[in-house]
Amino acid sequence: MGSSVNLRWSRVANLVPVLFGITLVSFLLLRLVPGDPAQQILGNRYTPEAAAGIRRSLGLDQPLLQQYWLFIKGAMTGSFGESYQYHRPVGELLLDRTGASLMLVGLTAIFCAALSIPLGIWAAVRRGGLVDQATRVLFTLGFALPAFLVGIVLILVFGLKLGWAPIGGYGNGVLSHVGHLVLPALTLAIPFSTVLVRSLRSSTITVLEADFVTVARLKGIPESRILVRHVLRNAIGPVAVVFGINLAFLVGGTVVVENVFSIPGLGSLLVGAVSTRDYPVVQAVALVLAVFVVLVNLLTDVVHGLLDPRLSVGVQR
Amino acid sequence: MTVLDPAQVGRDAAPRRARWLAVPLPRAARGRPALYAGAGLLLVISVLCLGAPLFTSYSPTEIDALAVLVTPGSGGHLLGTDEFGRDLWARLLYGGRYDLAIAFGATTVTLVVGTAIGMASAYAGGWVDAVVMRIVDLFFAFPFIVLVIAIIAALGPSLRNMFIALWIASWVGYARIAHGQTSSASRYGYVIAAGCLGYSRRRILVRHVLPSVLPFVTVFAMVDAVGNVLLGASLGFLGIGIPQPTPEWGSMISGGQAYVLSNWQLSLIPGLALVLLGVAFSLLGDGLADLLRAKG
Repeated sequence: MGSSVNLRWSRVANLVPVLFGITLVSFLLLRLVPGDPAQQILGNRYTPEAAAGIRRSLGLDQPLLQQYWLFIKGAMTGSFGESYQYHRPVGELLLDRTGASLMLVGLTAIFCAALSIPLGIWAAVRRGGLVDQATRVLFTLGFALPAFLVGIVLILVFGLKLGWAPIGGYGNGVLSHVGHLVLPALTLAIPFSTVLVRSLRSSTITVLEADFVTVARLKGIPESRILVRHVLRNAIGPVAVVFGINLAFLVGGTVVVENVFSIPGLGSLLVGAVSTRDYPVVQAVALVLAVFVVLVNLLTDVVHGLLDPRLSVGVQR
Repeated sequence: MTVLDPAQVGRDAAPRRARWLAVPLPRAARGRPALYAGAGLLLVISVLCLGAPLFTSYSPTEIDALAVLVTPGSGGHLLGTDEFGRDLWARLLYGGRYDLAIAFGATTVTLVVGTAIGMASAYAGGWVDAVVMRIVDLFFAFPFIVLVIAIIAALGPSLRNMFIALWIASWVGYARIAHGQTSSASRYGYVIAAGCLGYSRRRILVRHVLPSVLPFVTVFAMVDAVGNVLLGASLGFLGIGIPQPTPEWGSMISGGQAYVLSNWQLSLIPGLALVLLGVAFSLLGDGLADLLRAKG
């Protein structure tokens, strides 16, 4: 047990420079603004007084290092300045918008598991069969499938033609939220599952050839029980890693999908902030999403370690 | 964290010449259907888009108030018209130019720059290498599209800035792959031998190391091109890519979303074009990976 604790601590220690770097990149984003950010924000409402006010609120009148220090301090306490578009503290906006995005990612993960676990195992057991061939073709397509297109097709078929699900918005109350998120989550889960199915298929094939599976068969354990208790348990670990690697891709997808379905999440907040030059919002959303990706990656590593205790030993770098 | 390994992608995706693919192919294409199908598809799309005036007499931006939302095939409009009476076929052809420009423009620059940085960093070693690779890691922490949107937000939305944002955000993939390959190549006998012969570092890198790096980054470039096409279209869809009224497939899909029940073709036809372009690059990547594996 000692070494597994060590591994986790070393992962947490690695986290510090990464989080530090993320704040640095988010901070430097404002430096990319050509010319005077205050002028960009104000446009034709520019007056020297208003510009001075904006520079003060962005901290631009301070020396650079001081600015960065203030940015980190703000990020730690959840205060990212004030949004120019909504005239509210950015921290409050983030709190309002995070729920929808988190729920979308969570629901997508559930759909991914529901789609890819049966299909992946099926493709592995019946190699060369219909499911195997179909998922192989879909895998090639999955990369080229834009999320917004999948979304529009789902809106057209299930929302407008069949009327099974709402086509946009977020609703009121938890149940209504889930109902509104079904199509968006499917939109994300379908292309993402193609990757997971292929990876589960190859790890399942590897496990199926292991000696302990043969032993289990010789003992006369029913095939279905072998698949669930012996094979899936061992095959799912590598898939968790693939999920972690591609998580950033999935979070990026939510940005687009939230806009397709007009969901009030972080992604739609980010896109809305681009045209209004709401720099504090852009910085804060980029920071929060990157931190989310890093933390969930850590989580998948820990889960992988729990699923496969062998990894906890001797993997220290 | 590692990137999606292109060799792995290719291996998994390359069909073992499925039976339904057993159509008569030109002699050269036998055994490598993916490569030639991808190249052929890309060629067809490129010819259609670059030679757009040859295939349509309509302007992609001309508004015709008398021919709004014409159904496909009627009124001389092959694919009908959109809500402004603009010919969909013309918009599709002219708009594809931007998507092709993104695919090639964004990908080639980062391919060259990222590979150069990765190789140079690996060869420099020491603290330079450590710093460069930590920077690369940092970029990977951000969801790609979030980083691109954030950079566009800072620079201001425009076609030029979209390219700059793509360049800033996506060189890291190449740098990481080139770095890994250079590190392992510098342990190969012939590279060490070249060093013993007193060749300059630059000569060794270009003449001896580069050939073993190139296949990997080229295959990755095809995966990356698909990503860039989708990202460019996503930005167009979100209204922060190429500004209106310039036709671009992503913004066309977005424009058609409001009419999806009555005129689904306005969204789905540009969407199909986008998927075809993506599949062309995917197939090309698979084919190249197969080819290089067969050689190596």
